[in-house]
Amino acid sequence: MSVLWILLLPMLGMILPLLSAKKSRTTIAWLTALPPALALAILLQQIPSVFAGAVPAFEAQWVPLLGLSISLHLDGLAFLFCLLILGIGLLIILYARYYLSAQDNMAVFYTYLLFFMTAMLGVVLSSNLLQLWLFWELTSISSFLLISFWSHKTEARKGARMALSVTGAGGLALLGALLLIAHVCGSYDLHTVLKQGDLLRSSEWYPAIITLFLLGAFTKSAQFPFQFWLPHAMAAPTPVSAYLHSATMVKAGVFLLARFYPALSGTDAWFVAVSLTGMTTMLVGAYTALFKHDLKGLLAYSTVSHLGLITLLLGLGSNLAAVAAVFHIINHAVFKASLFMAAGIIDHESGTRDMRKLNGMWKYMPFTATLAMVAAASMAGVPLLNGFLSKEMLFAETLHQETLGALSWWIPLLSTAGGALAVAYSLRFMHDVFFNGEPVDLPRIPHEPPRYMRVPVEVLVVLCLLVGIFPQFMVGDLLATSSQAVIGTELPSYSLAVWHGFNIPLLMSTIAILGGVILYINRRHLFYFQGQFIEHDAKLIFEGAVQWLVRRAEIVNDWIDNGSLQRYMFLLLLLALAVSAGPLFELKDTVGTHAQLPINWVVGFCAALLVAGTFITIWWIHRRLVALVALSVVGLITSIAFAYFSAPDLALTQLSVEVVTILLFLLALFFLPQKSPVIDSSFTVIVRDFGIAALFGSVIGTICYALMTRPLDTISGYFLEHSKPGGGGTNVVNVILVDFRGFDTLGEITVLGIAALGIYKLLVGMRVFMPSTDGNGRRWSSDSHPLLLALVSQSLLPLALLVSAFIFIRGHNMPGGGFIAGLITAIALIQQYVAHGVVWMKERLPINCLHLIGLGLLIAFLSGLGSWLFGHNYLTTWFDHYHWPLVGEFELASAMIFDFGVYLTVIGAILLILTDLGKLTTSERQSEGER
Amino acid sequence: MEFAFALCVGVLTTAGIYLMLRGQTFPVIVGLTLLSYAVNLFLFASGRLTVNGAAIIGQSEHYTDPLPQALVLTAIVIGFAMTAYVLILAMRARSDLGNDQVDGRNMPEARDTGSDAGNGDKPRARRGLTRTELRDGKPRKER
Repeated sequence: MSVLWILLLPMLGMILPLLSAKKSRTTIAWLTALPPALALAILLQQIPSVFAGAVPAFEAQWVPLLGLSISLHLDGLAFLFCLLILGIGLLIILYARYYLSAQDNMAVFYTYLLFFMTAMLGVVLSSNLLQLWLFWELTSISSFLLISFWSHKTEARKGARMALSVTGAGGLALLGALLLIAHVCGSYDLHTVLKQGDLLRSSEWYPAIITLFLLGAFTKSAQFPFQFWLPHAMAAPTPVSAYLHSATMVKAGVFLLARFYPALSGTDAWFVAVSLTGMTTMLVGAYTALFKHDLKGLLAYSTVSHLGLITLLLGLGSNLAAVAAVFHIINHAVFKASLFMAAGIIDHESGTRDMRKLNGMWKYMPFTATLAMVAAASMAGVPLLNGFLSKEMLFAETLHQETLGALSWWIPLLSTAGGALAVAYSLRFMHDVFFNGEPVDLPRIPHEPPRYMRVPVEVLVVLCLLVGIFPQFMVGDLLATSSQAVIGTELPSYSLAVWHGFNIPLLMSTIAILGGVILYINRRHLFYFQGQFIEHDAKLIFEGAVQWLVRRAEIVNDWIDNGSLQRYMFLLLLLALAVSAGPLFELKDTVGTHAQLPINWVVGFCAALLVAGTFITIWWIHRRLVALVALSVVGLITSIAFAYFSAPDLALTQLSVEVVTILLFLLALFFLPQKSPVIDSSFTVIVRDFGIAALFGSVIGTICYALMTRPLDTISGYFLEHSKPGGGGTNVVNVILVDFRGFDTLGEITVLGIAALGIYKLLVGMRVFMPSTDGNGRRWSSDSHPLLLALVSQSLLPLALLVSAFIFIRGHNMPGGGFIAGLITAIALIQQYVAHGVVWMKERLPINCLHLIGLGLLIAFLSGLGSWLFGHNYLTTWFDHYHWPLVGEFELASAMIFDFGVYLTVIGAILLILTDLGKLTTSERQSEGER
Repeated sequence: MEFAFALCVGVLTTAGIYLMLRGQTFPVIVGLTLLSYAVNLFLFASGRLTVNGAAIIGQSEHYTDPLPQALVLTAIVIGFAMTAYVLILAMRARSDLGNDQVDGRNMPEARDTGSDAGNGDKPRARRGLTRTELRDGKPRKER
């Protein structure tokens, strides 16, 4: 449980700075620091158990079937990272309090910072692969927010976008790798996966897994060739750089390598890919750092280089190298965070980060200068400082490599070269900034920073020294525990000491330091040499690539989405045809064994009528009214077909829907162009369209025929059997609708209501085209409400309502029900609208259709809740039979209440659609009359 | 009988799809209606054709399959809702865009639709806008 709190506290704490946004800056900082401080206290409480080898864990099942759970564990590696994230995070909070100016929105900054902290803690604590990935993506997103914090600056926006694109793309690759890993291991549980290293390494998916996995890790950790995003992320406020690029964000990549080290390492592919990438990154980063004039740029490339070093160590494949990697993770986090903060102080107090202007700072800020120089010496690997120890371990490890065969001596040689370069740029940092003459036109006179701004740097530099002098005492247990978690098996024997006697690693260190000094002294020649090359700005290249991609995407998009519905339909139909026709080729016989019904002349006549109606619809589609009449014939035949083939409910529904649809079409026709061109497209297009339509029609017809002539295997026996005893109704179709599948029906009437609402909204503020004549130039009849129609429909209304009530009540046992009754009522009312006009009806029927829909949905929804009171599932029907004198026995069922809701919704929706549309004409007629 | 039924479904599908490939709104909507007839009949047919076998307990010897009927019943009502929606959409499109074309040849002109008078003050630039720009609702800034 305590593990959960380590994650939860910063997560919940995100709200604190926002709540206290109006308070003083110090208060905000204090409140922000509170949750991580508590989390750190909880973490430190775990020291005895974690160092004793226990792994506190937390697990809550979420969707066990999908392997989704919320699982956290605090093993040695997670402990180490939590310590770095929380410890350095707290120092950063203190530092940022003094770094941010009054113009910056401090509350938002701290919220982002805690968001990022939560994401990082989530990555290191997760023991479920998918959960790990989720937090991994959150680090990308939250770091994007942090890097672009000064969003008014274009570099900040571009830098943040670049970081997000690169790490986000890497995250996608990582997801692929994790899914493959889970596929091979059959589990998303990290412990299970880590135990199955042999299975993974021998799997045929292994090459794909490590390619994707390393892409994810390398993009995050800015390894070559993805190192370009990191320097541009320096546009962030310095506290962010100090946090993201020392202890957290970029370390997530090496964390991942370390985390999966037991499962994935140990093959030649791993060695070649990881160690060579690490080596290249180390050399490229160190070399580039030397030429950066920007203080943070130098540190950024130095970070790249050190990450390369850690990657190299993890790639070497020996357990001792892994220990060295973990050790360097600690050391680098400590000295690099302090260096970034020192650089931030210099920038803050002098107004520039350009090393060509910054000279002789020693005079102005001796204390800060001392701190920065100690940290820089640690970065260079000077003895008695922590950086020296891990670098010596690296040198020692490179000597034992044989994987490159006879060329294995390259590895120690190149490592020493990298060490020399590191010494050179560290020297440049120290000498150029703090000595080297007088400053050149600084924006302001530099001075020492506020007292507490320096505290974080002091803490970290003291740590550098203590670890460097008393390594075993300071980090011995921590290193052992966390390395144990990385390696998974027995720890190799090593000794953490400053002095190991005269040996080859010491010689290599000496060469590196001497070489670095020589390089630095002769830097002019190097700068001249480097100046011959044209410098490429990664940002420009990246932005260019992005814009190129956007333009291409726009072209493709405009080609597909060209505004032509026909194009979309055509492409979709082709696809659907390919999918549906394919299996037909494998079907041997079209006709199955199911006994067919004999045809009679009535059916033949109806079929002929349907086909004729269809053809008339197509042929005279340009004479829209004729097409509509033919369409209604097709609809009528369809309802007859339903009636004939034992579906009385469908026939009734189809018939009433038909009436409403045609009414709607007639109304809409008034507002649409009266005629279409007789031939709307070229002959070839018509032939092509007809061809594809005929192909599709024949495929569907064939499937339909093949389906009907095959024996039926249905689940409906259950419904037929339980309809009467379980649902209390003999009309099985209706019982299915209101009981067995009542939840579906609830969804469907909701859709109906939503469609009506959409139409309502579309009609608001519509400017309609109102022709004063019909297509042939005849004026509309002035007799808008014929007396005869008004009289007849008015006298028919009670009868129609009676019929609908009858249909509704008997619906549970005989054909009928809420849908059909609702349609009949709606038609009866619409008839009155047609006969008398909207105004007349509005006086007599003052109901709001929107309310009616809402009421209907509410009734249907609540009727289902009733069954919960009796401990049944939602929408379980209750029914009983009663005897009523004179009328006889009748049945009451809770399903009828549900059906009543359906009834109201259907009426509301149909009335809303038709009357709102009708209103448009009426208003026009009235204004015409007024004229 | 089954053959005639399947033939009707095929013919309805053909006509529906042919009309849906036309360039004006009205044929497209009529085509959609025809296609929904075809779909409903097709789904209904998946319960096989039965004569005199309505699924009402106690009314006949053998019952037809009631499940496809229940599904088709709601499909008919929702089909109506869809047809109505598309019809009104077509009207709205004509009102806002000035024509009833859906073939993409008559690109929407900048027209004050009246409903969003707030942003309709300035006429939009008429030079060649791409689809993406039109959808975004504002011309892209020059880079």
